[in-house]
Amino acid sequence: MTSGLGTTMVRAGRRLLSSLPALFGVLVFTFLLMRVLPGDPAVFFASGPNAGKEEIEQIRKQMGLNRSVPEQLVYYLSDIGQGNLGRSMMTGQPVLKDLRERLPASLELTFTALLIALIAAVPLGVVAALRPGSLVDHGVRLFCALGVCVPTFVSGLLLIYVFYYLLGLAPDPTGRVDVFTSLPPQRTGFLSIDFLLAGDVEGWWAACKQLILPAVSMALFVIAPLARITRASMLVSLGSDFVRTARSVGLSWHKVVITYALRNAILPVITIAGIVFSTMLGANVLVEKVFSWPGVASYALDALLSSDYAPVQGFVLLMASLFVLVNLVVDVCYGIADPRVSIE
Amino acid sequence: MSEDLLRIDDLHVSFSTRRGMVEAVRGVTLAVQAGEMLGLVGESGSGKSVTGFATTRLLDAAGRVTGGKILFRGQDVTKLRGDDLRHLQGAAMSMIFQNPRAALNPIRAISLQIADAILTHKRISKDAARAEALELLRAVQIRDPEARMNAYPHELSGGMCQRVMIAIAISCNPALLIADEPTTGLDVTTQKVVMDLLADIAAARGMATILITHDLGLAARYCRRIAVMERGRIVEEASPKTLFGAPQHAYTKRLVAASPTATSGIEDLVTEEERERHAAVVSKPRTVAAHGTPPLLEVRKLAKRFDQGAAAVADFSMTMAVGESVGLVGESGSGKSTTSRMICRLIDPSEGDIVFDGQSIGHIASRDFHRSPFRKDIQMVFQDPNESLNPRYTAFDCIAHPLMRLGGMRAGDALRQRVEECADRVGLPLDLLPRFPHQLSGGQKARVGIARAIACRPRLLVLDEPTAALDVSVQAVVLQLLDRLRRENDIALLFVSHDLNVVRMLCDRTIVLRNGGIVEQGESRALFENPKTDYTRKLVEAIPHIDTGPVLAVAL
Repeated sequence: MTSGLGTTMVRAGRRLLSSLPALFGVLVFTFLLMRVLPGDPAVFFASGPNAGKEEIEQIRKQMGLNRSVPEQLVYYLSDIGQGNLGRSMMTGQPVLKDLRERLPASLELTFTALLIALIAAVPLGVVAALRPGSLVDHGVRLFCALGVCVPTFVSGLLLIYVFYYLLGLAPDPTGRVDVFTSLPPQRTGFLSIDFLLAGDVEGWWAACKQLILPAVSMALFVIAPLARITRASMLVSLGSDFVRTARSVGLSWHKVVITYALRNAILPVITIAGIVFSTMLGANVLVEKVFSWPGVASYALDALLSSDYAPVQGFVLLMASLFVLVNLVVDVCYGIADPRVSIE
Repeated sequence: MSEDLLRIDDLHVSFSTRRGMVEAVRGVTLAVQAGEMLGLVGESGSGKSVTGFATTRLLDAAGRVTGGKILFRGQDVTKLRGDDLRHLQGAAMSMIFQNPRAALNPIRAISLQIADAILTHKRISKDAARAEALELLRAVQIRDPEARMNAYPHELSGGMCQRVMIAIAISCNPALLIADEPTTGLDVTTQKVVMDLLADIAAARGMATILITHDLGLAARYCRRIAVMERGRIVEEASPKTLFGAPQHAYTKRLVAASPTATSGIEDLVTEEERERHAAVVSKPRTVAAHGTPPLLEVRKLAKRFDQGAAAVADFSMTMAVGESVGLVGESGSGKSTTSRMICRLIDPSEGDIVFDGQSIGHIASRDFHRSPFRKDIQMVFQDPNESLNPRYTAFDCIAHPLMRLGGMRAGDALRQRVEECADRVGLPLDLLPRFPHQLSGGQKARVGIARAIACRPRLLVLDEPTAALDVSVQAVVLQLLDRLRRENDIALLFVSHDLNVVRMLCDRTIVLRNGGIVEQGESRALFENPKTDYTRKLVEAIPHIDTGPVLAVAL
């Protein structure tokens, strides 16, 4: 068992190394892309619309934009090498600091959404697979179709309308906590965990209430792929020879479905969950905007709109690294869940 | 005679398919006594497995028992529900399956899988169940059972997996074991070991066994009573001796005839009435190549090493004359398929040379060999007729494809004529040509595969287990077809197979491979009658022959 885990770790390490060139490519590509896009940050960040030519020129110089593009790239790369992602013109803070402040908010939201999606999707998929073609199966299919075809900002707005405006159950959708709650000392950056660590149950509940609507609206969107893949792989698994073997010795229904069928069927679900997670992290900008959630995606969008190079580049690098990391985690999970993977 | 352990009374089973209800079993009546081993033989689609699944209540959702009774110890199995059913399954009757590796949960250690079965029926602790699992592994003669307890199915060989499966099946001492093709797909030697083990265990525990198989020889060797099924009915039931000595039913006669025996030749594989057609061809004398003609194929010191580990094939040399047929036999992993693929130039050898018709072809990269003029001279027939045909090509397209690619023919009347000629030569009815593979039977697909291979008039045909997936009666016809093609067109055949009976009948010479090296070679008949090495003798002895069967069965 330990040797199996060892090989998995070695494999993970190798995978990490082999993804470095890809990360570098992303870095250079984003850098060039930002330079090609129209819009001059110097003009944008000048004192006013009627700033003089000298002033703009001065800002350009200050920002290093007067140098040639390759030169800028070298400077940029050496900065990155020293762990400096540059400074945001928008917030006036280092990009690294901005991202570090906002990333936990995005992660907390995405994790919660994925958790909700998995909790809903796996049982739905299993139920649908147990009775294919039945009313339940069709119901699940309809639910999934609805989840996919309603964009997250629409479902988000609908949820706000129902639970905040009509029913008054949810707090106002303005960020991670309402203004009156005092923040707990920051430890993990995940408010729901920090509140618990600080022993502030009331604050925890307030944070959870804020979290639940955006998370649900994001989850609705990804339930469909997860439920469908669960159903499909569950069907294969239920029809397989080893499930027949399990039935032939009279194992209980629970044992056959959960231990034999589902554990095998969950393998592709892990892969899809990894992909879904990465996609959600980058694509949840709409939800962040609707719920004024202070996450990285909305930060990057604002930066992009104001031609603020450094935050966008930092954001893309962050997303690429996270994507690599998530794939790595999926890989390790897979290695643990399926003994066949560790030998290759 | 005591009360029957199992009595099946006029059983009917139907499957609902897209084309309506299909009756798979139409009135089977059978009885099994305690401790007896009954053989249930028949070809694919005869309903033998369905009968087994109906008895153990493992039919899939589409199938249902539409009539009749299955009485197990006087209790009707078809009416059991819920817990009563679960107490029956595993504890009173259990089943082992074809393809043992797929029948085990791939991500669960084997000890846990055995323990699962034990814990379902016995109220004991997990540790006790584990100890029992270890005992069972010992009982099924798995070497080093302590170390294997935590192994996963993919770490075990096929034969080992089947032993684990047997361990699971006997874990709760059932009174009846149904073995559905338990050794199909295993090597002959493994087959013998597994079947001997199964017979011993059944005898020691007084367990009744139903052996479902398509292999008459196997049934004859281990069973005292055999029931023959055809199209959902039992057509004959007798002891092996009577069944093979004096078969009554026309179908049994055909089946017995088609089953290769230790002495039968290709011409014996059909019933006497059908023999005439083949005789006409066989009687034609073969043109013997004049002395001193260069061989068609010469292989020198061929070796293949895959990325890591030992060589798959090492130091393999052989020659083949024009129109000669050579058999390549060995157990799985002996390197026979690798060798045949190298000769076919589908993979590159690591060392050595292949000389075809006086020219070295071993150094042309397999990737580029399709451009070589020799490509159409060396053609291949693959093992699985289902998998080796493009599902989107009709039979016509399949046969026409090599003609267009290698023969440079264009679509038109000439091509149509050639395709029809090929189909005619392999005995494929012309009205089947527009059909897609899924609309053809196994035998028809095999014919398409052969027609495709001979379309460009090759001089060497490499056949990789071409009949392994076919029923015996279809196999008989395909073998006769190959023999006829060889005699008529002087095609040299390199026949790769694990079925020694087939090789002996079809091939002039035989080469025995083991672990990538040649163990023994020589003229087929002499080699099989008088094996010189222990390994070949073991292989030959492991084949279940029909005529030796009754003696052994009585001895058991």
